[in-house]
Amino acid sequence: MHELSIAQSIVQLSEQQAREHHSSQIEEVELEIGRLAGVELQTLEFAMESAVKGTLLEKAKIIRHYIDGEGQCSDCETVFPVGNLFSPCPNCGSYLVNITKGRELRIKSIVIK
Amino acid sequence: MCGTCGCGEHHHHDHDHEHGHEHHHPHHHDEGKVITLEQDILQRNNLLAERNRGYFEAKHIFCLNLMSSPGSGKTTLLEETIRRLTAGAASGQSSQIYVIEGDQQTSNDADRIAALNVPVFQVNTGTGCHLEADMVNHAIKHLNPSDGSILFVENVGNLVCPAMFDLGEAKKVVIVSTTEGDDKPLKYPHIFLEADICIINKIDLAPYLETDVETLRSNALKVNHHLQLFEVSATKGTGMDVWCDWLVAECTKCK
Repeated sequence: MHELSIAQSIVQLSEQQAREHHSSQIEEVELEIGRLAGVELQTLEFAMESAVKGTLLEKAKIIRHYIDGEGQCSDCETVFPVGNLFSPCPNCGSYLVNITKGRELRIKSIVIK
Repeated sequence: MCGTCGCGEHHHHDHDHEHGHEHHHPHHHDEGKVITLEQDILQRNNLLAERNRGYFEAKHIFCLNLMSSPGSGKTTLLEETIRRLTAGAASGQSSQIYVIEGDQQTSNDADRIAALNVPVFQVNTGTGCHLEADMVNHAIKHLNPSDGSILFVENVGNLVCPAMFDLGEAKKVVIVSTTEGDDKPLKYPHIFLEADICIINKIDLAPYLETDVETLRSNALKVNHHLQLFEVSATKGTGMDVWCDWLVAECTKCK
């Protein structure tokens, strides 16, 4: 259940920014979450519900952008979509694949009042 | 006066070209203000992990983060590793060892390490499923490891959550035992992707199990082709020399 730690980090980072800008209410948080980031999306949603209680994010709208996985083959340099961390290259069958997208875990922006 | 950009409505423009004051305000007074962050959600943990890493580098401490499922033999591997390294220390070849033990509850593992006369600090995470950088930061302040030492951090037995949390270690080590099956790296790929080293433990039991060690190796490498693999039996001593020699060599590189 590391999603709760992640939810708490989202709250901490957003609140810190809001306070630095002398705001006492966060209206919106925009997240970018890779589908290969190792985060269970439904669990994170559930964890966020409890993590925001009593914080500046309590009424905030949470916008999530999910980023699909992408890999590049080290042997033939083919770039291809990856759905899991052990996909072989569709061109040459190699497993020497580096994940290039889909492991993001970022707060893109917040909207404060 | 506009409360955001501070422009007044009736001030004089003394330059001579034509332009009205009705410039476009990019912000809206009734709506919120957008703050672009583009920050990693785990930034707080990552920054603290880098502080730990800097401390280790400055003191030439070789820190390893040991991660595995419960029951893969982490503590037994650690005990046997310590026995061998301290036997080397008697002949002046090895470094002082320190251990941070992470478990949800009990000090059982710390007691086992303390019995080997190695300074150990037990972190109980309560309901927490992994160690985070601040816990390690707290633990090293208690342990105060000496220059040039080896610090083993035994993470909470969990093959999922510890993968995401950098502690400041030099190497992440994932331990998988033959009793867990050869498809473990495919079932829990994130931790194998994050690791630098993979130790296959209980290699002596392989002949009695369905597990195929070659399949286990190739599955681990499918997830992460950078992995360096070791095959050991902590209880029988198989492969322990190779593992300990590697540790000593890496520790020397830190100095």
